[in-house]
Amino acid sequence: MGEHILSWMTFFPVIGAAVIAFIPSERKEVIKTVAAAAAAVPLILAVKLFMEFDRATTSFQFVEHYTWIKSFNIEYFMGIDGLSVPMVLLTALLSFLCVIASWNIAKAEKGYFALFLILEAGMMGVFCALDFFLFYVFWEVMLLPMYFLIGIWGGPRREYAAIKFFLYTLAGSVLMLLAMIAFYLNTTDPVTGGHTFNMLHMFDQANHNSWLQLTNIRHLLWLGLFIGFAIKVPIFPFHTWLPDAHVEAPTAVSVILAGVLLKMGTYGILRISYPMLPDAAVWFAPALAILGAINILYGAYCAMAQTDMKKLVAYSSVSHMGYVLLGMAAFTEAGINGAVLQMFNHGTITAMMFLCVGVIYDRAHHREINGFGGLGLQMPIYTSVFSFALFAALGLPGLSGFVGEAMIFMGVFPVYRTVAIVSALGLIIGAAYVLWMLQRVFLGPKNDKYDDLPDISTRELVTLVPIGILVLLFGVYPMPVLNLMKASLNNLIKVVAG
Amino acid sequence: MMSDNAILYSALAILGLPLLSYVLTFFFGKKLPRKGDWIGVGLMGLAELLAIRIFISFWKLGDPTHRVEGSFTWIDLGGFKVDAGVLVDGTTAIMLMVVCTVSFLVHLYSVGYMHGDRRYERFFAFLGFFTFSMLGIVLSNNLFFLYVFWELVGLASYLLIGFFFHKHSAANANKKAFLTNRVGDFGFWLGILVFFTATGTLNYFELFAHVHAGTIKGSLLAWAGVGLFMGCVGKSAQMPLHIWLPDAMEGPTPVSALIHAATMVAAGVYMVARLAPLFGPEAGMVILYVGAITAFIAATIALVKTDIKRVLAFSTLSQLGYMVMALGAGDSVNSMFHLTTHAMFKALLFLGAGSVIHAVHSQEMPDMGGLRKKMPITFVTFVVATLAISGVPFFAGFYSKDGILGSTLAFGMIEGHYLPFILGITAAAVTPFYMFRIVFMTFFGKPRDQEKFDHAHESGWSMTVPLMILGALSICAAGWQTADVGWFSRFMVKYDVPAIAAEFHMEGPAAAEHLDTSHTDDGHGTPADTHAAQADSHAPAGDAHAATADDGHGDAHHDVHHTAHVRAMAMSIGAAFLGILASWWVYHRRKVNTAAIQARLSGVHTVLQGQYFFDEFYAATIYRATLWWAAMCAAFDKYVVDGIVNGTGYLTRMMSWVAGQIDRWVVDGAVNGVAAVLQGAGEGFRRLQTGRVQTYLVYASASVLLLVLVYRVL
Repeated sequence: MGEHILSWMTFFPVIGAAVIAFIPSERKEVIKTVAAAAAAVPLILAVKLFMEFDRATTSFQFVEHYTWIKSFNIEYFMGIDGLSVPMVLLTALLSFLCVIASWNIAKAEKGYFALFLILEAGMMGVFCALDFFLFYVFWEVMLLPMYFLIGIWGGPRREYAAIKFFLYTLAGSVLMLLAMIAFYLNTTDPVTGGHTFNMLHMFDQANHNSWLQLTNIRHLLWLGLFIGFAIKVPIFPFHTWLPDAHVEAPTAVSVILAGVLLKMGTYGILRISYPMLPDAAVWFAPALAILGAINILYGAYCAMAQTDMKKLVAYSSVSHMGYVLLGMAAFTEAGINGAVLQMFNHGTITAMMFLCVGVIYDRAHHREINGFGGLGLQMPIYTSVFSFALFAALGLPGLSGFVGEAMIFMGVFPVYRTVAIVSALGLIIGAAYVLWMLQRVFLGPKNDKYDDLPDISTRELVTLVPIGILVLLFGVYPMPVLNLMKASLNNLIKVVAG
Repeated sequence: MMSDNAILYSALAILGLPLLSYVLTFFFGKKLPRKGDWIGVGLMGLAELLAIRIFISFWKLGDPTHRVEGSFTWIDLGGFKVDAGVLVDGTTAIMLMVVCTVSFLVHLYSVGYMHGDRRYERFFAFLGFFTFSMLGIVLSNNLFFLYVFWELVGLASYLLIGFFFHKHSAANANKKAFLTNRVGDFGFWLGILVFFTATGTLNYFELFAHVHAGTIKGSLLAWAGVGLFMGCVGKSAQMPLHIWLPDAMEGPTPVSALIHAATMVAAGVYMVARLAPLFGPEAGMVILYVGAITAFIAATIALVKTDIKRVLAFSTLSQLGYMVMALGAGDSVNSMFHLTTHAMFKALLFLGAGSVIHAVHSQEMPDMGGLRKKMPITFVTFVVATLAISGVPFFAGFYSKDGILGSTLAFGMIEGHYLPFILGITAAAVTPFYMFRIVFMTFFGKPRDQEKFDHAHESGWSMTVPLMILGALSICAAGWQTADVGWFSRFMVKYDVPAIAAEFHMEGPAAAEHLDTSHTDDGHGTPADTHAAQADSHAPAGDAHAATADDGHGDAHHDVHHTAHVRAMAMSIGAAFLGILASWWVYHRRKVNTAAIQARLSGVHTVLQGQYFFDEFYAATIYRATLWWAAMCAAFDKYVVDGIVNGTGYLTRMMSWVAGQIDRWVVDGAVNGVAAVLQGAGEGFRRLQTGRVQTYLVYASASVLLLVLVYRVL
């Protein structure tokens, strides 16, 4: 597996899905075990990747480069750099833990786990692909299992939520598709002289023909790509699919949705828009910063008004992704490294929060914040774990959420001072909605209605504790993650902003 | 004498011990004998011994400018770096001593006080976590990690205020404390960002050098200073963010003593004193008035409260106001001096109150009375602390409070700002009045609640020993000398900023320019040690600093200081005795009908009882506005943003329905022969709207091909 590590990581889950397809659906334990094994392999490979990844170079590593569809010059081109490697690690980790977290799914297990594994393959592929067409294929492949996972295994309004998610994302994809084709037709492969989907060729501005050098065209293309990615992030005002999808999705799918899928939006901007259209990126940067501030504050205020725990966490994602946008807009070392660190950290923290919401939903069968109270005495361990996640979310120093946010502010403040000051109000609002929820759910007198709720189970702890350890570890000492990314990201700043 | 390295490692050990206590007690406390309380007490005892060792070492050294620093790079991105580091100097040594002493005694006291609580081990774990975070604030050598630990003490405070979280009042109080502090931290964080952006460093001493060199100056420096000070306003509970501290009394009493009286709430004062050169003249004026107003309003509120812990909470606010006022008057030395003595007598007052509460199971003074015979140790030590806070000569509080009032008066005489001194001296008269009101109502007179009285008894040794130690410290902590000549002068003097700048090779023409600008506006005698050090004549405060005075104005101002301190001392002694006498007259001899006064001054009484209605004001404005705005955002999101999304969906569905109708009636009617075929297509269109994903995928693929073709043709 050493040779084609990225392909193995991407396609091993597909093999698992294929195996599951042949297991009779009543053999539930076998299906789950196979799924866990299929998700475990990418995780083990991720550890290997982490060990072997060269932190010093800015070029792509573990590259696999083959011709795929010769007539259109489409290639099977995989490789990772400092931007993608944290995302790959995050995907492998969360996918495995989510399989464990899905153990008590009691409906059509076979389909669920097969689709889940295909979803993992799609996500992994997006983060590894270096051919635009391949990227697009993975991007779309991921949609389908997601649609079914929400639409079949979701809550009462699952169909509405699934279709909304699907159509919304598809609308963005169409714009991305148009931009991609425009790039394809106007980029010359320096070797063959033909059109190319190779991203590295597209990054090189010398390969762009004169049409692609027109400023208006470039701004238009940026906008097309941006809307495609913005829907995924999601950036205001394209975010309303998110709360619906989250509320209806089963716990593990919410975790993947918030933990990994949202990052694809910002990843896309950094991977594709920034190096392909650096001038447009600089031109749009102030707008990006302002959108970031809007996300932070608007998301936080909306979160404050929610009465459904899951919706609150969903809006908190909108808010926290705003920090990522803000950091990206500054083109400073601290800003962009902070942004990608925040992507990683938000992935782990929000995963903890959704898993925790799942724990209580499985027991009480509702998520009404005002319907709880006093759980701190009833479920002390669960309370500690959830509080840990919540304090990480409000940016408590010592936990990882703080590091990314602090770096983002330190990177953005010199460039967009006013936007940074306004965004810093998010520190207060963010703490307010988190603590208010914590109070309403866990504090106060014991609620007799929940006298028989058992505390968190070992299986649930198994999904939460490893993430918690990472949140603490990277909060105390973030360099292991930053070392992975800093060479590539510092190089990206040079490429984009000179 | 310890070597610098030994000091550094001892300091790190002091930081690590309470953390170890936290981890051990948190995870294993339940399974250990005595629930592991001995771990906390033992490790804090060890930390205390190390703190004493460092303290003695600095005392022997006698050089307040000597400092030991050690750092490592915590984040390194190539260009962007954040360091983590430890700074130990005389000021640190004092703070280590204060924090470790009070924390150790509170740990010991809690063994008795918290006995039998079902979350006994949690309590000790949280105490350890708090002590660790507090020591982090004390030891950090840069703003970034100051902020880190600043937030962590906030968490510790949150956890401990809400220790009895099953009570709604406790659950409200800890949220309020955290959020109010966040408001302050918002400014604090922005202040840090300004300094970082302007200078590229966060190390304290490098920043002092940068300020001296004029890298950051003018209005930017002023705003950055106000930002930093907002952190102090939150943490040290200054007006208008003081509202959380009285409510924080929901925490167990040992917590009130440790966190909300002696140490954490003093962190803001420590921060401003530690960073004194970063506060320009404008920020200094803000600091001065905020402190004076806080000292005054808190003292007046304390007059009417009947809950013993609340009275003490307001007295804490008032004393913190003093410290902040001194900072504003440019006298960070006396501010820290008062911080030190206050930590002793205020911790004692709270622990004494805790002892009483433990005995009578009530916090209401009207339930108490006559307890002096039942609880002699508590009584004697409480009176000692009361004398100390009242500013009676020969008790520790007298020397530090007098230093503050003297400096404030001197500042007033030089600058013409007399109001802070007037507020301060008024508070100085009010303080003994309400403090002796506690003494008389609690320990003297006849028991008002016989049942509670009969039940009362002196507390066990683990509670009385801390009382006696703190009692001794409340008498001798000042060493019967003022800060500029006593033991304190061996540990702390005003920063010699030019010398620090020279150390970093940062003196230069910019400095002179900076000096000039600060002189042209009314920057004379501001709290900024920068100015003070550059032109000592303009430092209103530093008697301690007068040694470096070198220009002509120096002598004149020295005279002013001397006069001011003599006058202030006379007035404050007078105020103390007046207050005690009045209190005796009213609450012991009962020569005055308090109810009648209350009735006559009902308006004033309502305002004081209502704590000047800050809470009501915030509830009516900020809280309501925030909740309203949040609801508006959510509604906007649901009906407008999502409305547009759903509307688009609906429109698309309508259009397809229209297409279907046209298909069926127009096309179908016209071309009867192919109707069946077309109807099939119409069905297809309608199916599109039912959400079949496969259809969409076919659509997507078809459009890809179509577009490729179109482009090829073009």
